[in-house]
Amino acid sequence: MSESDKPQTQAATPAMVSLRAVDKHYGPLHVLQNINLEVAEREVVVVVGPSGSGKSTLCRTINRLETIDSGQIALDGKPLPVEGAQLAQLRSEVGMVFQSFNLFAHLSILENITLAPINVLKMTKADAKREALELLARVGIADKADQFPAQLSGGQQQRAAIARALAMHPKVMLFDEPTSALDPEMVGEVLEVMTSLAAEGMTMVVVTHEMGFARRAAHRVVFMDAGQIVEENTPAEFFDHPESERARTFLASILAH
Amino acid sequence: MEIFTENAGLLLDAIGTTLLMVLVAGVGSLILGVLVTVARVSPIPILRRAAFLYVQFFINVPLLALLLLAVFALPDAGLILPLLPTAIIVLTVYEAAYVAEAVRSGINTVSVGQIEASRALGLTLWQSLRLIVIPQSLRAVVQPLGNVMIALAMNTALAAVVGVVELTSRVNKINLVYAQPIEIFTGAGLAYMLIALAIGLAAGRIERKVAILR
Repeated sequence: MSESDKPQTQAATPAMVSLRAVDKHYGPLHVLQNINLEVAEREVVVVVGPSGSGKSTLCRTINRLETIDSGQIALDGKPLPVEGAQLAQLRSEVGMVFQSFNLFAHLSILENITLAPINVLKMTKADAKREALELLARVGIADKADQFPAQLSGGQQQRAAIARALAMHPKVMLFDEPTSALDPEMVGEVLEVMTSLAAEGMTMVVVTHEMGFARRAAHRVVFMDAGQIVEENTPAEFFDHPESERARTFLASILAH
Repeated sequence: MEIFTENAGLLLDAIGTTLLMVLVAGVGSLILGVLVTVARVSPIPILRRAAFLYVQFFINVPLLALLLLAVFALPDAGLILPLLPTAIIVLTVYEAAYVAEAVRSGINTVSVGQIEASRALGLTLWQSLRLIVIPQSLRAVVQPLGNVMIALAMNTALAAVVGVVELTSRVNKINLVYAQPIEIFTGAGLAYMLIALAIGLAAGRIERKVAILR
């Protein structure tokens, strides 16, 4: 995807994801400090930063897997509800991909994908199965439908997890370090699926250490350190001309080897 | 050996009663035990508390005391049920506490990630318990549940004390007539062993069949 193909974010379109003045503490640790972030529809935002910078926590607050102490989070204009049926409804519109895949260990790959469409969207089994098989074909593991998660490689499991999230027709996809638990040779196959999703216009928030992906697919890179958003910019600007000292140090340390 | 042939009908009848108690109380305690576990891990404080007290009560009161209480005290309070159903109900509620403890230990084997994934997909808490947490927990505790079922089978013998004519009661009565305790009680012991063996083998088979690949 070249720079000109990427849809430009415009202030006029309402934000798909919006975080305003979000704060969170883990005990004495101020893990999110006055976070303000807006993600437009069809925008791909990559969040980078050193470990412990709060980027995973940020990602997990968006569907309330982590609660916040103060501030507002809204999805597609609707504020995030507290626990209950409304939160479940809202979560069903947000796809999430975890570092450790978290496929349901007792279900086949096909059942993993059809579970939520059948039980949450109330799709018929036949419809859910048909869509699941299409999604599996799309992520390149159509032949694994009847296997169990443990029988798949890490890369295949993560692609199945992406298919499981896509089966809910989400408005936004959250990726929490999707390739960090993978062997190096399997990172490519997962990034490929993510890149094609981005190209199709999926709204995405991606926490990752894959700078190549950030450069290739992101519209915007958000750099976090010590619980704060330190810098945000287009990938080209961020990687070639980081503004802050902390971003320069971070980039130097990951690009050094 | 005539002692067995001459009393074959009575003995089979008694074994039938024992098996009926094992089967009904077994299925009942599995269902009730799972429900107690669900209450125990639910986010509703009063349910958690009630489930905790339930388990503590039945684990800390002897089964015999419960049977005596149900058979002699409840009718006194105006609640009259035939003996066999009373014994089955007491066995059910008693073993359910042990089932609940076994299933709860299984819940601890379900990783947080599995629950997070189910919540992230939009499943409600109850759905994720029903579709993810409980199925995975049960798969992890098939063998311990088998042991609870074996204990249940052995515990049915206590019903003899309150007048249910099951296997132990029947052989006791036969012995009073024949005075051949070695033969008749050994025979009864073997019958209990066979029941336990069958439950153990079934648990092993089920465990292999439903085991989660890791």
